[in-house]
Amino acid sequence: MKGMSVALDEETIRERAVAFLAGHDPGDRLEFLRARFDAGLAWVHFPEGLGGLGAPRELQNVVERELAGTPQLDTGVQGIGLGMAAPTILTFGTEEQRGRFLRPLWTGEEIWCQLFSEPGAGSDLATLGTRAVRDGDEWVVDGQKVWTSGAHHSRWAILVARTDPDLPKHRGLTYFVCDMHAPGVEVRPLRQITGEAEFNEVFLTGVRLDDSLRLGEVGDGWRVAQTTLMNERVAIGGAPVRRGGGMVGVVAETWRSRPELRTHDLHQRLLRLWVEAEVTRLAGARLREQLSAGQPGPEGSGMKLSFASLNQALSGLDVELRGEEGLGYDDWTFRRSDSVDFFGRGPGYRYLRAKGNSIEGGTSEILRNIVAERVLGLPSEPRVDKDVPWKDLPR
Amino acid sequence: MTLLYTEVEEELRASVRDLLADRCGSDAVLRRVESASPYDMDLWKTLSREIGVAGLLVPEEYGGAGASAREVAVVLEELGRAVAPVPFLTSSVLATSALIGTGDELLGRLAAGEVTVALAVSFAASPYRPAGSVTVRDGVLSGQVRAVAGADVADVLLVPAGGGLYAVDTADATVEAVASLDLTRPIATVTLSSAPGREIAGADVRRALVTGAGLLASEQLGVAEWCLGTTLAYIKERHQFARPVGSFQAIKHRMADLWLDVVRARAAARNAADLLAAVPHIATDAAGAAAAEAGELAAAVAKSWCSEVALRVAEEAVQLHGGIGMTWEHPVHLYLKRAKSTEIALGTPGAHRDALAVLADLPAPA
Repeated sequence: MKGMSVALDEETIRERAVAFLAGHDPGDRLEFLRARFDAGLAWVHFPEGLGGLGAPRELQNVVERELAGTPQLDTGVQGIGLGMAAPTILTFGTEEQRGRFLRPLWTGEEIWCQLFSEPGAGSDLATLGTRAVRDGDEWVVDGQKVWTSGAHHSRWAILVARTDPDLPKHRGLTYFVCDMHAPGVEVRPLRQITGEAEFNEVFLTGVRLDDSLRLGEVGDGWRVAQTTLMNERVAIGGAPVRRGGGMVGVVAETWRSRPELRTHDLHQRLLRLWVEAEVTRLAGARLREQLSAGQPGPEGSGMKLSFASLNQALSGLDVELRGEEGLGYDDWTFRRSDSVDFFGRGPGYRYLRAKGNSIEGGTSEILRNIVAERVLGLPSEPRVDKDVPWKDLPR
Repeated sequence: MTLLYTEVEEELRASVRDLLADRCGSDAVLRRVESASPYDMDLWKTLSREIGVAGLLVPEEYGGAGASAREVAVVLEELGRAVAPVPFLTSSVLATSALIGTGDELLGRLAAGEVTVALAVSFAASPYRPAGSVTVRDGVLSGQVRAVAGADVADVLLVPAGGGLYAVDTADATVEAVASLDLTRPIATVTLSSAPGREIAGADVRRALVTGAGLLASEQLGVAEWCLGTTLAYIKERHQFARPVGSFQAIKHRMADLWLDVVRARAAARNAADLLAAVPHIATDAAGAAAAEAGELAAAVAKSWCSEVALRVAEEAVQLHGGIGMTWEHPVHLYLKRAKSTEIALGTPGAHRDALAVLADLPAPA
């Protein structure tokens, strides 16, 4: 750990966590979390005063170990806030914005959602058409967003809108924090192939946002959004799993406990997928080692791709393996859900929900382009829309 | 444990790579494969004696470097990247692993680069199916073993027979090179007709095959990396329809998928090397047995994955090079032949996956 001040080594942080625990009552969840944030033990790699200590990111594990038995965050409901909004606010927010938003975001007092995709702007996010027009110290926002998880209980959203249609598409965008309680924000559940509604459509009609809710410069929205999206991909692909854990663990458990379901064909395919799951897990472990050794590699770009195809293949095998039981489904009821429940639901749900893994957070096709161009240095396809004003693009 | 490369490993890699760049370019390899001596024994001498790769696995007490499977794996990556025609895998990995733990006098001579040894089992043998058709009576061996890699350049053959392992002077055997799919690691038929053998007590052929299979994955990684890098350079240069062919999405997506396969191959190969390095020379307690089992599982994962990845990347390399990829002149066929041969060598991907049925507790149907 060279080049790091003595004050921030593993032992010091452990001592701080122990001292914190001794001085605070975990019985009051919210007060405990607020105090933990104020003590810099929320995310130690954030700056002091913003829930962190300016310490290396990997030392967060030390805190988590010490505070394992205390109130925890709801990483499902808070996922967008913690994984996407927070790093973006930290990177591009003003001092006021960081001070205003990060604490309640972390404690879960305020939930966040993401207003990026639109019916006409999916993979080609930069072509989005939601307009933000300046009116004095305010912006007036009109448009429609989609695939917004948690919009119905969110206090805030991260929003990308078009502020200058005369510029080419990447340049006329601006990034905002949207007040989800503002008049003109309407949230409608969007039913998915699983039967439930994890996502929403959000209609924005004459929504007035103060200019102090702008994140980054006017016209700089695309660059700000990149920070958000890079963090999303890490969040989707980067969690550690133990050997034989995760989705492969679910299928393996069925396999072990139900010998009557076994066939030779399924066995061969299961073994093949087990190997793929294991090498993918190892690649993730190697990537995390590289990150903590301060040598971030390009491998991260690929983790989500692997995770998506593996989840889909495994969950498909799980349904097929169960035979007659695979013909059923646990529950088609149209209801809202707050998070992906891979392990609490049946195999049919897992199979259907996993279809989204290669679409959400960048389709696998777009991710392959990213790997090919940014990692392998291959040329991009000729672009016809790069220098054309957004308003003149064919649609 | 770490899945990364240590500084020492990177230094070793650099010295091997420099030597190979100097002495083992693809033109030189191509010229050699049809000559009378397909193995480059001058290069092998330099590698084994001056760089000292032959003694990596040999314990220090027998004059070796006392290094581990991790360093060996790095050497194999580089040898794979150059499809170098040297008997490192067969002598310094397979044969040496069989002797580790025996304290046999051959170990010191192997480490010094004085002898080259081959384990006289078919290169297609797997750790899971005991090989051997050689019989032994009173230390005299008879029988035939086909498809032995590295035998025609070995001074000594290690022959499994009657449950033991015997050292036989190559001069006392008939070793007949045969036309081989892999031009850079040809195989031979070994025939023993009442050949005198010296029994080596405590040798472990199965362990040698597990170690060989797990580390062959690193050689396959090197093959895959060369194929990926060479293809990448080619499709950036090659223009058709007034564009680099590498700018077409149909090509880019395939390259992205191959890259992802190679990223995972690297993690799998490193993991196998790391866990094989942790297996004690002689496992006597429960911890040793657990380490051996972890090494075996990691080897099975790495060999099954890396075999298929090396082959897939080599096949795609031929395809993406277009017509030039079909020519004898372009070296990519050497890599395809190496990849296809190593798919079979030391257990096919399917054989290793079958082993995982037990190792990972995924039992076969009754």
